Formats: sequence, C-alpha cells, structure tokens
Amino acid sequence: MATTKEIPFDHRQGSHCESGVTSNLLQHHGQSISEAMAFGIGEGIFFAYLPFIKVNALPLTAYRCEAGAILKRASRRMGCRLKWQTFRDPARAMDELDRKLDEGTPVGCRTGGYWLPYFPEAYRIHFNLHNLVVYGRRGDDYLISDPVFPEPVVCARKDLIKARFAKGALAPRGAMYHVAASSLRFDQSAAILGGIRGVCRRMLHTPAPIVGVRGIRFLARRLEKWPGKLGERRALQCLGQLIRMQEEIGTGGAGFRFMYAAFLQEAGDRLHAPRLHEISNELTAVGDQWREFAVAGARICKGRSAPEAPYSNLASLLAECAAGEDRVFRSLKDFVRRVAQVRL
Amino acid sequence: MGGELSEVCYAVDERGRYVVAPSLGWEPKNIANSQAWQEVEQRALAALDRVRAGEASPLFFHMTRHQMSTPLLARYVGLFRWRVRRHLTPKGYAKMSPAHRQRYADLFEVSVDDLDRLPESVTLTPRY
Repeated sequence: MATTKEIPFDHRQGSHCESGVTSNLLQHHGQSISEAMAFGIGEGIFFAYLPFIKVNALPLTAYRCEAGAILKRASRRMGCRLKWQTFRDPARAMDELDRKLDEGTPVGCRTGGYWLPYFPEAYRIHFNLHNLVVYGRRGDDYLISDPVFPEPVVCARKDLIKARFAKGALAPRGAMYHVAASSLRFDQSAAILGGIRGVCRRMLHTPAPIVGVRGIRFLARRLEKWPGKLGERRALQCLGQLIRMQEEIGTGGAGFRFMYAAFLQEAGDRLHAPRLHEISNELTAVGDQWREFAVAGARICKGRSAPEAPYSNLASLLAECAAGEDRVFRSLKDFVRRVAQVRL
Repeated sequence: MGGELSEVCYAVDERGRYVVAPSLGWEPKNIANSQAWQEVEQRALAALDRVRAGEASPLFFHMTRHQMSTPLLARYVGLFRWRVRRHLTPKGYAKMSPAHRQRYADLFEVSVDDLDRLPESVTLTPRY
C-alpha cells in the first residue's frame, strides 16, 4: 500500500460542511455545482425543534435537514450514485479509506466535531454532524479538505479515527461515502424544481408539530414559558444554546436562510424565472428577521434587555419569522405548481 | 493553524446579488459562544473543587473538562455506565484496574500517571 498519495482535489471553502462537501465532491466528478446549489437541490433548509435530543445537556434546534440528507438528495438529483459505508471496527474503517484513496477516489467522511485537532478549541463541541473530504495521505497524516476552512488541512491518523468514531447522539460510526457512479446526463431544471418542491412539502405540510413552520411557532410558544418553567438560569442557558445553534452550528439558521436565498437567485438565473428572484429577496428579509431575533436573544443572555417581558418579546419576533417563512414557502409552492402546469 | 477560524457567509452585494464573503463574525454569535464557554469553564472549575474536596475522583474532572456526561464517557471507553459511575468516586477510582486506567488515559490523551494529576486551575479561553 502506498504511504503517500495525493489526489488532485479542488478545495473550495463553503459556509456549511455538508453542502460544501457535496459541491466539492460532485465538482471533482465533473459536475459544476455551487455550494448554494447543492444546498438547494439537496433540500437543505429546514426547521425542527427537538427538545428530547440533548446537546451539551440542552435541547437541540435544527435549522437544516438531517445529516447526510443533502448529500443523498443532491447527488441523486444530479445523476450520481453515492456509496455509503459504516463500520464497527475502526481498523477496517481506516483500511477501507486507504484502499479508496489508493484507487484515486476522494472519500467523504462524517465525523464528530470534538476530536479534530485543527479545529480551534472554541469550536470543539460534542456534535457529530461534521463532514469532510479525505483526498490523500502522507504516512500517518491525512490530507483533508474541510469545507469550513479556507485551506486544506492535515489530520493525524489517530485523531481521524477518534473523530470518525465519535460517540454520543447520532454517532457517525465511521461513516464514509464516495461517488460510485456519475452520469452527466440529467435535467438540471428538474433537479432544481424537485428540490424546491421537497422543501415546501417539509416546511409546510408536516404531520409533526415540531417541524417546519409549525415547529417555529411551537418553539415560540415554548420559549415564552421558559423562565417560568425552567427558572431564570436554565432559561438563559437554553436561549444561549438556541442562538448558538442558530448562528454557529453549520452556518447557523439565519445563515441557512441566506444560503437558500442565494440558491433561489442562482436557480432564477438558470430557469430564467424572475419570480424566484423576488422570492429570494423575501427570504433575505426573513433571514434578517432571524438575525434580529438573535440580537434580541443575545441581549438577554448578556443581561442587557430593557423590556420587562423579554421572553414574550422574543416569542413574538420568532412568530414573525414563522409568518415570513410561511409566506416564502407558500409562494415557492405556488411557483413550482405553475411551472409544472406550463411544462405539462 | 491559528486559533481564529475565518468563516465565509452569504451576503448580498450592492447590486443585490448573493456572493460568498468572508464573515467578520458578529456579536450575538460571540455572546452566545462565550456564554457557552463560561458555562463549560464553570463546570470544570466546580468539578475541580469537588475532586479536591474528596467528593469525586480525578476522572470526574477530566470528564467534565471534556464536556462529557457519564453515558457519553461510558460509550467512549466501552464500559457499562455503572462501572464508570463507580470510577467517578474516589473509592472506585482507587480500585480501578490498570487496563481501565489505560482506556481513560488513551481517551483523554494523557499518560496513565497524569490521569491523577490535576491542574491548578482551568482557563478555557475561547478566542473571540
């Protein structure tokens, strides 16, 4: 087995790990797809409030879809087939990775965020939804394209093992994937419309009250009761976590809104649909509302809130975000339906 | 790698087009982050006190320092929770087998002897 192997790989920094990995991997296999495009076609935008899953002993709020889903959906719609593998045994997981690298295939890995040594300490949390591409190795050091970082990085074998086999909620179990087959024949506009349709379905028409637009409203109602129910200190922690989730994890909830707006803009260009540009602008406005919410929340965390009922104030801001997203996704749904009629 | 992570984000340029631009970081995020880190630091310090007072074993400190809970730690070292819980008490810690000590040491990346050693204080200084 070769101990040194470097596959020429075009590393582009993205603002979110999974869509970044998706766009970089597909790009390597001859598809031209930007990060925002990957995010949109992969139906990345989402909302779910999951109080029963704890990160750092605090409830989880997701602003994007479940791990791996962007990759799966985007690659399927772009005419590629991904092969996924998970492992029980770390040694076999690393052997398989080495084998793929020797074949000249860059490999995506799902890892935890705590054990990667090139992460600044401040970003290390036990959060198992990080994605990166391994594109070579030099002895015991692996060459990694981590889309969150401006440059490719290097990671020692033992640290990579630990990161791939991070434990806890949603453990990656050594998950790795590579593009097994890619055909360049696919209908890009169908991919885009399919992506939009799927997103609308999940944001507007979910049976679960904690998901989609309903989820945002649900969280708004819950949040209002936090101080009374959990006590001041715990309420503050939950709020801090909420904002941290929104603004930091991945690219943050508002960040995802902007990324999706960027996707809509790009999609509007490709489909020659000015309507998508309008909706993109509306979504940008919603993203700004999310930011406003974050600012107000952070003020409370810092103990600088002026109004006497800070939490109900926050709740109403959140309800506005919900209303905004409701509007955006309804217009999108309408748009897709109309395009479909024209095409039929 | 420096301590600072330069991130990119999606922003609208003056013509209303989306571009990928370097993020300058912004306050709500920094506040939320530093709040979270203060929390971690406080928990680690409290753990240190408890270990010094003889209420818990050094393992308890390492666990807290690494932001772990008992179930998570148990998953990492592949032991039952009750076993880990026992190791978290000074008595159980003293009776721990060398093999188990090795597992904890490997996880936290310290030598077996350093597992007993406690730092003077904890400062987790996130760089924001």
